[in-house]
Amino acid sequence: MRHRLRPYRAIISARFRMLLQYRAAAVAGVFTQIFFGFVLIMVYEAFDRSTTAARPLPFAQVASYVWLGQALLATLPWNADSEVRAMVRSGAIAYELCRPIDLYNLWYARAIALRTAPTVLRVVPMTVFAMVVLPLIGLDEWRLAPPTLGAGLAFACALVCAVMLGCAITALINISLLWTLSGEGIVMVTTSAVSLLSGMIVPLPLFPDWAQSVLQWLPFAGLADLPFRVYTGNIPLDALALVLARQLGWTVVLVAAGRWLLARGMRRVVVQGG
Amino acid sequence: MPQIIVEDLVKTFQIAERAAGLWGAVRGLARRRHHTVRALDGVSFEIEAGELVGYIGPNGAGKSTTVKTLAGILVPDSGRCEVRGRVPWQQRIPHVAEIGVVFGQRTQLWWDLPVVESFELLRDIYRVSTAHYAKKRDELIAVLDLAKLLDVPVRQLSLGQRMRCDLAAALLHAPPIVFLDEPTIGLDAVSKLAVRDFVKRLNRDDGVTVILTTHDMDDIETLCTRVLVIGNGKILSDGTLADLRGRVTRERWLTVDLVDDEPIADPDATVISREGKRVCLAFDPQAVPPAEMIRRITSAHAIRDLFVENPPIETIIARLYAAQIAT
Amino acid sequence: MNALRLYGRYTAVSIRSQLQYRASFAMQTIGVFLITSIEFLGIWALFDRFGQVRGWTLPEVALFYGMISITFAIADAIARGFDMFGAMVKAGDFDRILLRPRSTVLQLLGQELTVRRVGRFAQGVLVLGYAIRYGEIDWSVPRVLLFGGAIVAGVCVFVGLVVLQATSAFWTTESLEVWNAFTYGGVTMGQYPVSIYRSWFRELFTYIVPLACVSYLPGVAILGRPDPLGTPVIWQWLAPLAGPVFLVVCLQVWRFGVRHYRSTGS
Repeated sequence: MRHRLRPYRAIISARFRMLLQYRAAAVAGVFTQIFFGFVLIMVYEAFDRSTTAARPLPFAQVASYVWLGQALLATLPWNADSEVRAMVRSGAIAYELCRPIDLYNLWYARAIALRTAPTVLRVVPMTVFAMVVLPLIGLDEWRLAPPTLGAGLAFACALVCAVMLGCAITALINISLLWTLSGEGIVMVTTSAVSLLSGMIVPLPLFPDWAQSVLQWLPFAGLADLPFRVYTGNIPLDALALVLARQLGWTVVLVAAGRWLLARGMRRVVVQGG
Repeated sequence: MPQIIVEDLVKTFQIAERAAGLWGAVRGLARRRHHTVRALDGVSFEIEAGELVGYIGPNGAGKSTTVKTLAGILVPDSGRCEVRGRVPWQQRIPHVAEIGVVFGQRTQLWWDLPVVESFELLRDIYRVSTAHYAKKRDELIAVLDLAKLLDVPVRQLSLGQRMRCDLAAALLHAPPIVFLDEPTIGLDAVSKLAVRDFVKRLNRDDGVTVILTTHDMDDIETLCTRVLVIGNGKILSDGTLADLRGRVTRERWLTVDLVDDEPIADPDATVISREGKRVCLAFDPQAVPPAEMIRRITSAHAIRDLFVENPPIETIIARLYAAQIAT
Repeated sequence: MNALRLYGRYTAVSIRSQLQYRASFAMQTIGVFLITSIEFLGIWALFDRFGQVRGWTLPEVALFYGMISITFAIADAIARGFDMFGAMVKAGDFDRILLRPRSTVLQLLGQELTVRRVGRFAQGVLVLGYAIRYGEIDWSVPRVLLFGGAIVAGVCVFVGLVVLQATSAFWTTESLEVWNAFTYGGVTMGQYPVSIYRSWFRELFTYIVPLACVSYLPGVAILGRPDPLGTPVIWQWLAPLAGPVFLVVCLQVWRFGVRHYRSTGS
């Protein structure tokens, strides 16, 4: 079994090492993201203080939600793999067919590297800042609150599923690049949809009530909104099973779609010639 | 009054040291160690208007530093430099308006545009009058054979075509001084000849001062009457090619193709190399005239073919360089 | 050829260059439009739920949002040469700029006028249209002029920030992303009136990076409503002058950077 996983491990670790080189960029990125976090939290704080009506999410939870989003930003499928884009452009994509491994699994492995390597560099400093530094500098009300033990464990499960789902969507985005021009269009639409419908622009519960049922059942909610609300306790532990089911269900569907699309895409590449 | 005066130019660079590995990178965040490189260590020379000077030396010797200083891009630590009466780095804009620079490995043309549009943009940048531009442009198109290339986007040109266009682009504003940095690098044989021919004519007919930096010794041999050799930031030699050869070595190489694979020797010659039946002998032409050496060898051995040459410039430079290190 | 006409030539060349890739350019324009529209959708959703933010209504916020979007779109389109300067320095291409008898600033500004930013520009205009339609703004001639002046001043501030980013590339090309906090972060923050932010944040964006001076203060004057921060009306009208001043300071820093580059080499 381990022998069969070896080529995937090699690809992932090679990509990892490449992405890890950009250490200075990661530091700069953390600074920028902290800034954005501040702006977002202040906006919500202002809205929150402007009304006495009932809120679907108390401000403290919104703050945690924002910091989780900034810390885990790279896990969201908001971009395509530039390596793939370059391969398609140069025609080197045809070499993919020469590799003795399952093609979709290869693309999925690539997606895993793309989603996790940048995260590894940023998640620890962001979390330390949001959890520890903020209270120290007198901004306690903005901090990322630590979860209860149950919520923390549940969050870990939901996060793993969210990453799996995100990789499936990333694989789909990369696969659509095989169609060059229309592929770029699909990438754009998908990344816009992801940023809006995952809760990264505005936490989903803050959207109008009539939109909630649709939002909850789209695949994107499982990328950020659902796991974050498990963390803060907004989604109670007994609802965890439903959350995981929705994430995994969509993952299965999108993996199947990806496999089918990849086969058609590669056939198209071969037909058009290298 | 020389057109270019360089006196005691000194330029040092601080090179940051990078320690290897993760721990080294962390340490590097706190404090960087530097070591100093003396790129120019008291360089002096003068160039008169209309000269065609070759500027050679090993990589890292200080060639590009000199050129950048003369072009006004780089400010030296100390020393005097005057080009047409101006200090290059103190009066950048008027100075660069009167020079042309061609980098062999990089084009100055706009990548997506047809060649002629790059020319027109340069005309506007250099404020060339329409009349002067038209005349110069037509001249260059004729001499460099660019007529068919004018409407082709630069990205579609071959290397040889691009170099010819870059040469034209650098001369549109009729500069009296031109710096050519590796102009024949990567070119096919025909293009190299075309470029060399053009440079020769430019210097001879238009009186343009040309400073040619190159690693290609054929460029030097065909074009330059004067050669400056720089090594380790110092000028090692300044004179004609013959002077250069004479300074380092009085030597000729006689290469013969023997009919039979037999030992070959002469009291006044040393065997430099032997590959099967091809033997290369070095001798001092002042001790034994070449004609005499040929007579000796051919009378003692059956020869299929032979030729006499000077040692290649690379050997001469290497010896010059080694001699300088030894002192 | 004087500087302005040369800039015009550069721009024509740049646009023609980009239009060669027509399909890709159209797609990217639509893409930018889409992404910025989604941003405003989020703001709309918040107003739908909360009604107002610290006394500001959606049409009022739309004015600020529209202004900063338009301002940033223009600045982003103009300053692309400086934005890409890190890559240029790394490739050693800045030397060619120094070899031409023109100011480095003019050449870098002329490098590219990025047409696809028109996506964000169009979105900004639409949001502004919403503000004009539903806000009760009295568009007197002085107010229209103030609006124009604020946009120009805002472009100065954003261009100044990108110039600072480019200058930092003379020392290191690795951490340039840090400046995104002020450029993209500045846009995000400028979408709302700064009175909703904490005081220390407001002060950063008034006295150090004067974005509040070129968006919030003139915006309040245009709306004609009392300023929750209590700024005298005269300052609301004069504040945009901070924009060009900031740009001049940034250009001095740039000149210092070029001097440094020329004495240390690449």
